[in-house]
Amino acid sequence: MKHLRQLEDQSVYILREAYKHFNNLAMLWSMGKDSTVLLWLARKAFFGHVPFPLLHVDTSYKIPAMIEYRDRLAREWRLDLVVGQNKEALAAGMNHTLGRVVCCTALKTNGLKQLLEHKGYTGVILGVRADEEGTRAKERYFSPRDKHGDWDFRDQPPELWDQYKTTFPPGTHIRIHPLLDWTEINIWEYIRLENIPFIDLYLDKGDGTRYRSLGCAPCTTPIKSTAKTVDDIIEELRHTTVAERSGRAQDEGRGMELLRKDGYM
Amino acid sequence: MQVNVTKPSENLNIVIVGHVDHGKSTLLGRLYADTGSLPDGKLEKVQAICKQQGKEFEYAFLFDAFLEEQEQGITIDTARTFFMWKGRQYIIIDAPGHKEFLKNMISGAARAEAALLLIDALEGVKEQSKKHGYLLSLLGVRQFAVVVNKMDLVGYRQDVFDGIEKEYREFLGQFKAVPAQFIPVSAKLGDNIANRSQAMSWYSGPTVLDTLSAFQKETARSEQPLRLSVQDVYKFDARRIITGRITAGRLKVGDHLVFSPSNKRANIRTVEAFNIEPQPTEGQAGQSIGITLDEQIFVERGEMASHQEQLPSVSTAFRANLFWLGKKPLEKGRKYLLRVATKEVDCEVASIHRIIDTMDLAQQQGSNSVGKNQVAELTLRTKAPVAFDLSASFEATGRFVLVDEYDIAGGGIITELVHDDQEFLREEARRRDFAWVKGEVTVEDRAQQYGHRAAIVLITGGRHTGKSFLARKLEGRLVADGRHAYLLDGENLRRGLDADLSEEERGQTTEMARRYGEVARLLIDTGLIVVSTTNPFGMAYREASEAIRTLVHPAPVIAVHMSKTAEEPPPNTDVVLTGPTDFDAATARILDELKRRGVLAQAIGAKPVFQYSI
Repeated sequence: MKHLRQLEDQSVYILREAYKHFNNLAMLWSMGKDSTVLLWLARKAFFGHVPFPLLHVDTSYKIPAMIEYRDRLAREWRLDLVVGQNKEALAAGMNHTLGRVVCCTALKTNGLKQLLEHKGYTGVILGVRADEEGTRAKERYFSPRDKHGDWDFRDQPPELWDQYKTTFPPGTHIRIHPLLDWTEINIWEYIRLENIPFIDLYLDKGDGTRYRSLGCAPCTTPIKSTAKTVDDIIEELRHTTVAERSGRAQDEGRGMELLRKDGYM
Repeated sequence: MQVNVTKPSENLNIVIVGHVDHGKSTLLGRLYADTGSLPDGKLEKVQAICKQQGKEFEYAFLFDAFLEEQEQGITIDTARTFFMWKGRQYIIIDAPGHKEFLKNMISGAARAEAALLLIDALEGVKEQSKKHGYLLSLLGVRQFAVVVNKMDLVGYRQDVFDGIEKEYREFLGQFKAVPAQFIPVSAKLGDNIANRSQAMSWYSGPTVLDTLSAFQKETARSEQPLRLSVQDVYKFDARRIITGRITAGRLKVGDHLVFSPSNKRANIRTVEAFNIEPQPTEGQAGQSIGITLDEQIFVERGEMASHQEQLPSVSTAFRANLFWLGKKPLEKGRKYLLRVATKEVDCEVASIHRIIDTMDLAQQQGSNSVGKNQVAELTLRTKAPVAFDLSASFEATGRFVLVDEYDIAGGGIITELVHDDQEFLREEARRRDFAWVKGEVTVEDRAQQYGHRAAIVLITGGRHTGKSFLARKLEGRLVADGRHAYLLDGENLRRGLDADLSEEERGQTTEMARRYGEVARLLIDTGLIVVSTTNPFGMAYREASEAIRTLVHPAPVIAVHMSKTAEEPPPNTDVVLTGPTDFDAATARILDELKRRGVLAQAIGAKPVFQYSI
């Protein structure tokens, strides 16, 4: 439990730095386990309040239960929810059969960029974790994006001790990653410790499968698992050597590096 | 494959550093492979990609995620990876060894609690081996082991290993760094990584994995005196919560806190938290906490809370060891933003004592700038007093970064307090504030009653520039507007309060300025807007205004400088009036400044926004 409180203290510090330094701040919420833990940490940091909007980039292909869960928590926790969607791309018939990277770029990356541009957010908080995949392992807590939302991973700013990059030229923005040091197990241990409400797609409801990572319905497949409780999940993760995102089609080949360089979350 | 199933009890951050190509990523890959920490199929997947591209498989490819890194065979940026071993979760930071990416290495090492420093047995001690060793010490990473890699390429010879150990120990000894261990390994072949080497029976020390297990979690900083740098003050609901991270020591409800450098004091009323039952009553080093106080004192980000018995240092200058990462060199006399814990203040480099060559620790003097990736000893001077500690006693409050334009461009540790000319007055103000007897009426009450906060308008300038005339005009205007203002003329002190001073003392500024400052402090405490000039001090107005500032701190000072022709005003001047003065316009500008600073409300008759009291 002590290691979870250490992670919590670090994330809370980062969230408070973000809130202090960015006038136009928002947090991305995908309703998945990570960004929901992030949302909970914001309530920790701000003593029950969430003093910035939560953004959901809706691809229209999400599993319906996720949208119900989103709207319920938004009501109960009095969240300022902002939903963005790349309507032109959808109207033009964008879907995953046109190519996964193409579809993710249009509906998620560009959907997010449109939303950021439209609202003029200068700081965006995201729930990415270093242990998810290789390029995220190289992220900073405070990571600048240029005028096109692109990530220059060759020239990242230094990050020393608890001092972060909080000043930036006009037209650019900063991505803030408070969960960088958390692992998948830490997320579930924390959900258990704090009793955080999570979406039950992560649990096996009798058919011997569950989702380990949530994305769009067509590109996310459940894994074989009989984990029916959070305890079961933690026990399962302690023994698995299968990658968390193995059910996520976008990670195949070099998909993720290309997506993230262009501003994917 | 053996899988580790113990539950983690703690996290430990480890950084792997060393010269380029000495095998850091390979060591990391091997460590994961030999402890069964890789996901299923990862090894096979990378091996397949290598085969497809016609390259020999390297363990480094497991972590060098960027296409460009694999193509060039070097690590560009630090990667965090995780593995569990014997009840501990390791976050391992693989730092690049190429000198171009030194800022990434430093970012990685600044996060670490312990380090592995790699040296290639065939190449021996190289430039970056030394630089990284020196920087680990500067960054405060005191636990580390030296891993001598590629022993297979030197036939596993003990004399090669011993030679490197001797040479490198001597280098480290010059700045008193002592490694936990020297370990001979071959990361490529797995010797002494997780498994003991058959080829080096002459070595009986621990393996790399044993060494990691032996690293200690940082010693409990909770036993040190309290340091809590205010991060922010929240008022989301009825509670006014002061937040921050305790970087040393502990606190509990009822503790008497002193905030430096303002010397404000109050007792902790509650410790606030979300979803923690029962509500906590104490906190300790490492925690990001929130507290409420029993008095509504104004404290802001950057103030450092401590107990009264063990205060931090306060000065406008300190000596430091700094490493510079900026694209532009650090220049003497140029302005930078200094950040010490949560405090941000403008500063300049007062002097560069020497540049340190990390290759041989030779020192070069007489430089006016510090280039990228250089290390230097220098003195920094800040625009306003800062609370800090020496890094030898307090890690977090003894280090700083410098921001150049938009970027963090350098960092360092504070080695020495530099006494400035305000030291004695600051100490007097501190002692006086700690013993200050208060009535029932608070500063906040007075401000509510008067409709404005207390402040001092301090008009500086040479002779016959119209200071007295402007001061009278301003006092008149303020009182006509219904403000509580008072003109404090030095002449009135001269004949009375200062009557005991000798001719000689009157000729000097020190004691006169001290008395003037203390009188101003008293008047400010009554809730007045004090209007004053530096007339009694003649041309010594710079010295006098500094002294007055120190003594009235932290009350708002609105500094106005008047001169006939353009000249450099004293530091921190708010309103500059040059040439023939339009006194009505000048008065209006000062009123605007009072509004901007939150002393006066925007419109007469309206209540000012009291976010805080002074």
